[in-house]
Amino acid sequence: MDAITKELLVQTSDLHAIPQGAYNIRKDGKLLSRNCSKEIQIVSKQDRDGIDIIIAPNTKNQSVHIPVVITQGGLNDLVYNDFYIGENCDVLIVAGCGIHNDSEQSSTHNGIHTFHIGKNAKVRYVEKHLGLGQTNSGKILNPTTEVHMDEQSYFEMETVQLGGVTYSDRKTNAVLQANATLIINEKILTTDAQKAMTNFNVELVGENSKVEVTSRSVAQNDSFQEFNSNIIGKAKCFGHVECDGIISDRAIINSTPKISAQDVNAMLVHEAAIGKISEDQIIKLMTLGLTQEEAEKQIISGFLS
Amino acid sequence: MKTIIMLELQNINYSVRENGVEKQILKNISFQIQDHKNIVITGQNGSGKSTLAKIIMGIIQPTSGKILFNSEDITNLSITERAKKGIAFGFQQPVTFKGLKVKDLLRIILNDEFDCNECCTYLSKVGLCAKDYLNRPLDNKLSGGELKRIEIATVLARQAQLNIFDEPEAGIDLWSFDNLVNIFQEQNATNLIISHQHKIISIADMVILLNSSKIDKIGTPDEIIKFIDTTKKCEKLRGIK
Repeated sequence: MDAITKELLVQTSDLHAIPQGAYNIRKDGKLLSRNCSKEIQIVSKQDRDGIDIIIAPNTKNQSVHIPVVITQGGLNDLVYNDFYIGENCDVLIVAGCGIHNDSEQSSTHNGIHTFHIGKNAKVRYVEKHLGLGQTNSGKILNPTTEVHMDEQSYFEMETVQLGGVTYSDRKTNAVLQANATLIINEKILTTDAQKAMTNFNVELVGENSKVEVTSRSVAQNDSFQEFNSNIIGKAKCFGHVECDGIISDRAIINSTPKISAQDVNAMLVHEAAIGKISEDQIIKLMTLGLTQEEAEKQIISGFLS
Repeated sequence: MKTIIMLELQNINYSVRENGVEKQILKNISFQIQDHKNIVITGQNGSGKSTLAKIIMGIIQPTSGKILFNSEDITNLSITERAKKGIAFGFQQPVTFKGLKVKDLLRIILNDEFDCNECCTYLSKVGLCAKDYLNRPLDNKLSGGELKRIEIATVLARQAQLNIFDEPEAGIDLWSFDNLVNIFQEQNATNLIISHQHKIISIADMVILLNSSKIDKIGTPDEIIKFIDTTKKCEKLRGIK
């Protein structure tokens, strides 16, 4: 494995070595390495590019890593990954994607992930996205996540755009059955002229289903971000969307948190706040001995941590 | 024995323009503070106490006048430079942060030499258990009293030569108040405390009474309280006696 691939795997998936248990490493549109475990099977799709990840019922305390690395310029990678998580599972899924593009041509990764989460299963899903390279060529990441949650299931999704991604269009759609809980934490950093689009669409169809969406974004220089969320309550349910943005320079953040209550017992809340870093916060950290620049860096780092 | 002057303010003035009219917030403020003393600045609301504290920390620049810290002119130094020279500041309204935790602030203060036991010492002094609070985000989920106590702990952790506290008692419950007074008495530093509280005034080595943007009197706690009573200039302060 070359140094660039290793670096991308470390930064996007915290992989310092080949992981234990199940994994599928994809590089430049092809399978680099794969391992299955007794409980977690990974099978290549026959009809299109992608894999099926099948996790047996009652699998506990296991993880599966499916990182994607792109080092070729001009590549347009499209992959369909379907996850079938059995009842009563408790698993961690890590699916980072890193692009290192030193060419003049854009590189794109479109990852379409569909989760079928069985009754009473618990899943923590982490996806980190990163762009690296010496040139200004496109490093484009368009992740789509479809989540189908059975009764009493729990899905916690951490989606992080670390930087260097020139354009991203992130779509997340979820349908929750009774007593299902969905937690989404999104963190996005854009600089230069980067653009990041986010769309969350969550349908709470089951009694006592619950979703919490927290989006924190930092837009610097001339970058642009757009956040759209639509939470639809179709039963007695709870939905909460919180979108906080920090802007600086000439950056723009548009935020549209929409909530739609279609049942009298649906309780939906949205909050959104965008602005520059609070002067009081900077002053407080300066009284501790940090310079203004150090204070701003610390505040942003904490905000996105 | 020669008296060591740690902080000296010389003719500090501060004014702002409001609706085209110049408003004087502080007029000719001059005083000297010796090392290892408890100094209380008191006075009516709007008399300029908090502004004066912020001027000493460098948060506000005076319109004119000079500030000397250990005989060095720090008037034009930034907040950061003053902090590095040994001045700490506890805000009246603690600042909240989304994402930063209590341990992050302490880590900044301790220069990344994060020592859980040391953090525990500072948090314990203000009645908080490190185990329960180090990983708590400094956001609005903490109560006003908790935030205030954490704010005071961050000042103590700095181990500065001069600690400035702007109304440290605000938001502190009665149960914790005595503990707060003990902290001021035990600290191996100079404390400059903005306060209305009689009990805090009573432990001061020197009290500076501000009235209408000026120093009305400097004296011992007894002298100041007697002065307030006899001159009847400050109904509010009289009320707290």
